[in-house]
Parts: sequence; structure tokens; C-alpha cells
Amino acid sequence: MEFLVASAIGILTAGGIYLTLRLRTFPVIMGISLLTYAVNVFIFASGRLTVGAPPILSDGVTTYTDPLPQALVLTAIVISFGMTAVVVMIGLGAFLGSDDDHVDDQPETSDSKAEGQS
Amino acid sequence: MTHWLIAPIVLPALLAPFIVLAARYHIGIQRSFSVAGVLALIAIALGLVFQVSDGTILLYQLSDWAAPFGIVLVGDRLSTMMVLLTAVLALFVLLYAIGSGWDNRGRHFHALFQFQLMGIMGAFLTGDLFNLFVFFEVLLIASYGLMIHGGGTPRLRAGVQYVLFNLIGSTLFLFALASIYAETGTLNMADLANRVAMIGAADTVGIRVAAVLLLLVFAIKAAVVPLHFWLPSSYAEAPAPVAALFAIMTKVGAYAIIRVYTMIFPPDLSVTAGLHDVWLMPAALISVAVGMVGILAAKKLDRLVAFAVIGSMGMVMVSISLFTPEGIAAALYYIIHSTLAGAALFLVVDLVRTGRANLDLTSQPPVLGNALTAGLFFVGAIAMAGLPPLSGFFGKLLVLNASYESGLMVWIWAIVLGSSLIGIVGFVRAGSIVFWKAQGETPLEDPSEFERPTVLSYVAVGGLLSLLIALSVFAGQVHGYATTMAAQLFAPQPYMSKVLDTAGKLSTPASDDHSSTQEEGH
Repeated sequence: MEFLVASAIGILTAGGIYLTLRLRTFPVIMGISLLTYAVNVFIFASGRLTVGAPPILSDGVTTYTDPLPQALVLTAIVISFGMTAVVVMIGLGAFLGSDDDHVDDQPETSDSKAEGQS
Repeated sequence: MTHWLIAPIVLPALLAPFIVLAARYHIGIQRSFSVAGVLALIAIALGLVFQVSDGTILLYQLSDWAAPFGIVLVGDRLSTMMVLLTAVLALFVLLYAIGSGWDNRGRHFHALFQFQLMGIMGAFLTGDLFNLFVFFEVLLIASYGLMIHGGGTPRLRAGVQYVLFNLIGSTLFLFALASIYAETGTLNMADLANRVAMIGAADTVGIRVAAVLLLLVFAIKAAVVPLHFWLPSSYAEAPAPVAALFAIMTKVGAYAIIRVYTMIFPPDLSVTAGLHDVWLMPAALISVAVGMVGILAAKKLDRLVAFAVIGSMGMVMVSISLFTPEGIAAALYYIIHSTLAGAALFLVVDLVRTGRANLDLTSQPPVLGNALTAGLFFVGAIAMAGLPPLSGFFGKLLVLNASYESGLMVWIWAIVLGSSLIGIVGFVRAGSIVFWKAQGETPLEDPSEFERPTVLSYVAVGGLLSLLIALSVFAGQVHGYATTMAAQLFAPQPYMSKVLDTAGKLSTPASDDHSSTQEEGH
């Protein structure tokens, strides 16, 4: 099970990084969504993987799962959902305004970008 | 336990929804509540600074839960000082936003401004790493709204880049937090400091990765080269008061580096050996160089100031990555200076923008109120470039002095002094093109299309610059206080025992049973 979860996180992260390096807004947002899924599973796994164990103290139970990562991942999910919604709206506004959905700067402002890398 | 420590977070958190819900159509009410809130924040911050100035550590346990289980807020000399700096900066930025009418060019400026303050204050006061993440997100969400305040396609495009870059940073932060939790089983900073020190020499792989990931996250926030690419276009396109407020946001990254890498991963810890002198120091030196060269190379005035901010963050990071008490003290002095100077320059750029067709560094007819604006730019540029008699000079002197004992002293002195010269040339060039050569151009036939900046705008910029002058006059006292801050950072034992040993709900004696259950997995 550890191998399955670890490779799933790895594949999600690799796909996410590939997509975030693309030029247009939509694949980049997709890539960030994949990255947030990967990190959510990663946080969940940070409390060790335990199958069928309760997180809350109860009678007659000896093995427990760590409850804290589950609380952390809930926060992370909410925040990443909200952030993705915000970036979709801002990206949509930028696309409708300039009729161009490239993430990098437009040609007329590319001069000022280039000087930053000098 | 008094509740004052949480007041800097709760006050803006309550004020912002009030402004949205009750005063959304009344800009006058919004303005007065916003200013009153910031004034109250300054008063609270002054009170907190006064309380901790004798070395006391303030602790606030939320819902009275004891430390490793509950969330705590901790106020020591450093965090209360940063809270005070934020509140003072916010006042002048707010006055400028009101004076220039920026707050009325889009909706909800004041509500977002208060939420932004809440996030920044929380990030400075929290004693828990996951809480730090949450407050980072609060300040980022508010900053996304502020960044695109007023709209316009170029601003939205810069906003997309800014949001995407920060989303990747947040994801990285979560990866770092999860690896830290997997390795140690806690996210409370004081508890972490104990746990990290206990990790055996053979099991450091995970915590090393986590330490580097965490440093990367904070370096993104602090815009250290090569992670600075988000800064120039977003700061240049953001509305001027927002860019000025963002001057404190890069310092949140610097604060987090100071806090985490003096307490959790102290400089003499073998796990993170080499992280700050082999990796952080060269990156910081390159930041100084890139920032100063960017000042000379910029074709627009707003980009020039953005690069000046990168350069001054580089100076702060050079001083931090020495990781000596002298270095941290110099960095703290420079943080105050750089925040005020950067904010003042962004506001001066906006004064120029109100009277000019664009911000290109080309010869154009003089702007209205040219003499006064030029004078303010002159003072701000002297401070930023580090020329005497202003605080930038003392700041650089302290940094150079702190690096005198360092093995990299030759490199630091050469790069800081050489790039400062380039920066001065860049500021001189920009100032003479914008203000001086303008005198030779024919004045505008119809100057009425531009309006003169209001008196309140000048008051706000002048206020920031007079704070810089005060910082220069009282450099000795401020540096003395910064030295006590650094001393407190390098002796974290009182901080840790205050956080971990204060009784609260669930405080069974000194976390014995807690650590035994948590260590099983290792």
C-alpha cells in the first residue's frame, strides 16, 4: 500500500509540474490542481498509513490513526479550492481583456521582463 | 492571561466584514473606520512592544489548550516589533490611498486592506508552523484582491502571474510542512526545536529535505534570486498604495527565515549545516547585484523601484545568512529601513504617475508639483541607495561591519559596495531624466488633463520619509534594541519553556506521555 500511495503522489506531482511549466493559463491551472491533489494525499500520508483504525479514543481499540493530518488536509483542501477559484476568475478576466491566455508577458512588455534577467 | 496579544489579529478580522457588510456603499464611513482601526492597531502594537521590551515573552493559548496540542500566539521582541512596523506602515499607506483616491477606484479596498493586515499580523505572532501557513494564505488571498484593485488588463495579467507563482509556493509550503510532520510529529515551533535536536545523525534525510523545502518557500516570499521573478511585474502593476503595503510582505519571508532558522534549525545544528553559508549567502549576494543592476537597466520608474526592493531584500538576506547576533541585528535594522524606504518610493512613483503620460524613463514635460515630488524622490533615493546621511547608509554600514569576521568578507564587501555604486548611478539617471531634463521640455499646453496630487498624499509620503530620518537620527537606539532582539533569538530557551511549560487544558506534566506515543513510529 505504501508503494501504491507513494507512486500515486509521485505521478500526480510529476504531471502537475509538467503542466505548470506550460505556456497557457488553462494547463497551468490544471497543473496546480494536480499538485494540490498530490500535496493533499501527501499530508494525509504524513501521519503514517493505517487501515481501518479510528482516529478518536474509544473502548476496546488498540491501534489508532493519527487524527491531526486529517485536520490539516481539510484546511489545505479548502484553501486550495478557494485559491483555484480565484485564479480561474482572474485568469478569465485577463483572457477576456487581452484575448490572449499566455502566462508570460506580452511582446510589448517583454522588454521590461528581459531586463530583469540581465 | 491577557487577551491583548490576539488583538492585532482580531481587530482587523472584525473590522473587515463590518466594512463589507455595513458600509459597502459609503466610502466616507469605510475610510474613517479603516483609519481608526489602524490607529488602534498602532496603539495596541506600542503597548505590546512596551510589554516585551524587558525580555518578557507573551503567550496566548487559544481556547486555553496547552502548547503542543493547541494553537499558540507568541509575542517576543522581534514579533511585536514587526507588528508595530506593519501598523505604522499601514497608517501612511492608508492615508495615501485616501488622499490619492485609489481606494475609490474599485470596490472593497478597505475590507481587503484590513484582511491583509490580519494575515500579516497573524504571520508575525503565531507560534505554530501550520498556523503560519494559514496566515500566509490569508494575507495572500487579500493581496490577490488588492493586487488587481482598480482592474485593467495589464494589472490582471500581472495578477495571474502573481497568483500562480504564489499558489506554487503554497503547495511547496504544504509539502514542507507534511515532511516536517512526518519526521517529528509536531508543528509547534518550540516543540519542533526540541524534537529536531533529538533526531539521530543517521535519520536526518527527511528533516534535511524538509528544511530545504521550507527555506525555498520563505525565499520565494522574500524574493531572493532566483525566486524573485514574480516581484517586478506584480509590484510594478499593482496600485501604488498596495505596492507600498507589499513592501512588508517580502519582510514576512525574511521574518520567517529568521524565526525558523534561529529556533528550529539553529546555525550550529549539524542537520542544516551549510544551508545558510553555502546556499543562502551566494543567493543573497546575487540578489543584491541583480537588484542594483536592475535599477540601472530599468526603462520604467515603477520597475526601477521594484528592483530596488529586490536589491534591499538581498541586503537583508546577506545579513541574515551570516547567522550571527551582529548579523541578525543589522538585518533587523535594515528591515525597518527597507520597508519604509521601499514604500515611500512606490508612493513617490505614483505622485509622478499622476502628472505624467506614462512612467517611461524618457524626457517629458515637467509634472505638476515637480519640485516637491523631485525633492521627495531625492530623499527616498538617497535612503534606498544607502548614501549618508540617511538610514540606508547606517544599515549598510552595520551589515558590512557584521560581515567583517565572516569567511566571505571579501565577497560581501566587494559585491555590496560595487553594486551600491551601480544602484546610485541608476537612481541618479532616473532622477535626472524624470525631473531635471523635464525642465528643458516645453510645458504642456493643457495641463488640466492631469490633476495635482492632494495634500494628504504628500503628507503620507512625507510622513514615511520623516520616519526614515528619525530612524537615522535614532540609529543608535534602534540598533541597540535590534541587538537585544537578536540576543533573544539566539537564546531561545525562555521562549520554548514559556510555550511548552505554561499550563492549560490537557497539560499533563511536561509532555511526557505525549512524546512517548509520538516517538513510537521512529
